Amino acid sequence: MRLCVLGAGAVGSAVVELAAEHGHVVTAFADSESAVVDADGIDADAVLSKKREEGVVGDADPESVFDADYDVLVEATPTTLGDAEPGFSHVERALADDRDVVLANKGPVAERYADVRALEAESEGTVRFGATVGGALPILSTIEDVGPSRVSAVYGVLNGTANFVLSRMAAEGLDYEHVLAEAQDLGVAEADPTFDVDGTDTALKGVIVANVLSEGETEYTLDDAEVEGIQELSGSMLDLAAEDGQTIRLIVEVADGAVRVGPRLVPENGAVAPSGTENAVQIEADYCGRLGITGQGAGGPETASAVLTDVERLAD
Amino acid sequence: MSEVRNDVQAYTLRLELVDEPGELLRSLQPIAEHGGNLLSIFHERGNVTPRGYIPVEVDIEATPDRFDNIVEGLSEAGINVIQAGTERYSERLTIILSGHLIETDLSDTLTQIEATRNATVTDISLSAPAGSIDVSSARLQLAAESGSTEDVLSAMRDIADEKDLQLVEPLTVGGRA
Ligand SMILES: NC(=O)c1ccc[n+]([C@@H]2O[C@H](COP(=O)([O-])OP(=O)(O)OC[C@H]3O[C@@H](n4cnc5c(N)ncnc54)[C@H](OP(=O)(O)O)[C@@H]3O)[C@@H](O)[C@H]2O)c1
Repeated sequence: MRLCVLGAGAVGSAVVELAAEHGHVVTAFADSESAVVDADGIDADAVLSKKREEGVVGDADPESVFDADYDVLVEATPTTLGDAEPGFSHVERALADDRDVVLANKGPVAERYADVRALEAESEGTVRFGATVGGALPILSTIEDVGPSRVSAVYGVLNGTANFVLSRMAAEGLDYEHVLAEAQDLGVAEADPTFDVDGTDTALKGVIVANVLSEGETEYTLDDAEVEGIQELSGSMLDLAAEDGQTIRLIVEVADGAVRVGPRLVPENGAVAPSGTENAVQIEADYCGRLGITGQGAGGPETASAVLTDVERLAD
Repeated sequence: MSEVRNDVQAYTLRLELVDEPGELLRSLQPIAEHGGNLLSIFHERGNVTPRGYIPVEVDIEATPDRFDNIVEGLSEAGINVIQAGTERYSERLTIILSGHLIETDLSDTLTQIEATRNATVTDISLSAPAGSIDVSSARLQLAAESGSTEDVLSAMRDIADEKDLQLVEPLTVGGRA
């Protein structure tokens, strides 16, 4: 497949780097200010080192990518709330040209799911977004395979930064601020980790799952989720939990048409208490009972691999 | 008379006793005091819970009202009621509260929980880290009537809201308490 990759951050760059390995060609690539277009496929190594050294991917105007020859638009620009721009417009333009879309950006399917589905219905193109929930973990594809109507609940940990902070607090008996600073030093937490620790990022993923489960009956956005973060937790609360064989994790619960995110008491070595930056979810479905998926979710290459898996599915 | 007789039901009480002489006897007193009829005692000697308690199972007969008084009497006597009745109090859930627990009157908080009627506090563990006299945390173990976990948690949310306490709920989705 010929790919047009928007966003040259951790995810977009990794998609460009790994595309050839998966048998695809990147014909257009843009960041916020520049673009490179080549119908024969861009030179990934050259472009990525240009981005590293000069901060741009090429000399072309970002707009020019939409005129390129491509089959699939890969959307990896920043996730934004509300109107989900610029991601939403990118999706709109690709679908208007009957191209397929693969999202890493959560915004369009968390905040404007019905709009995206309506545009898709008018288009020959298809939208896939497996990478938006749990990165490399096959959470949405498992729900798709089991059948959304057979799934009664999805719950677990979907933010690696919050999980890292809580597992460190539990292991070391340290307080929140201390561990967060350490996580930033280690590069596990971003300079501005607000959305990770206040539950917003986890809630966006829960909302996406809720949209998939409801199969168009109800549209969910961030406003429909009940969200509480981990900023107020103290080391002594984790100690109290540990004395009872439990721990506290930032958990999303999608069940009975509701999305709730907040710190929850869970069994210490249980299915939804993964270690470090891992994610872990349980999917409850008819016939299979409780399905567990645990592993390293986020990260550039991890998320890029999920994007490329979606591209693969579009090719089939 | 016959009406009262029909009202009598069999209940199982699961207690956790401190490993001390006289504890078993002490736990039976509230049962007798509140008109319960003792059917059997299963004392799991040698079996100790992770926290060092001895589990005991007591089968009794009582009217629902008397049974309530018995459970309350046991809690008041400081005896850990882990499970009470096959119908009543069959669900165990743990929560953590944090904030100005003492200032907002912990015992009133506990009374409010008990007043919700479908739950009883069976254990409490308090942690007040040195240097911060005003912010403390507590882990509460509640025994809730079967099927009432959601009601109990929603009552807990109201109490926490009203007293401006932080509540950490157990994960209950998918029938896990
Ligand atoms: N990182 C992960 O593990 C992960 C996992 C799952 C999903 N995601 C989602 O994937 C997306 C990308 O994540 P990331 O970590 O790669 O983010 P990032 O490192 O912040 O990169 C964002 C990229 O988008 C570019 N961009 C911004 N506005 C643009 C526009 N109008 N047109 C074209 N490019 C534009 C930026 O350009 P400049 O370089 O010029 O600033 C930057 O290259 C986000 O939506 C994120 O939520 C990430």
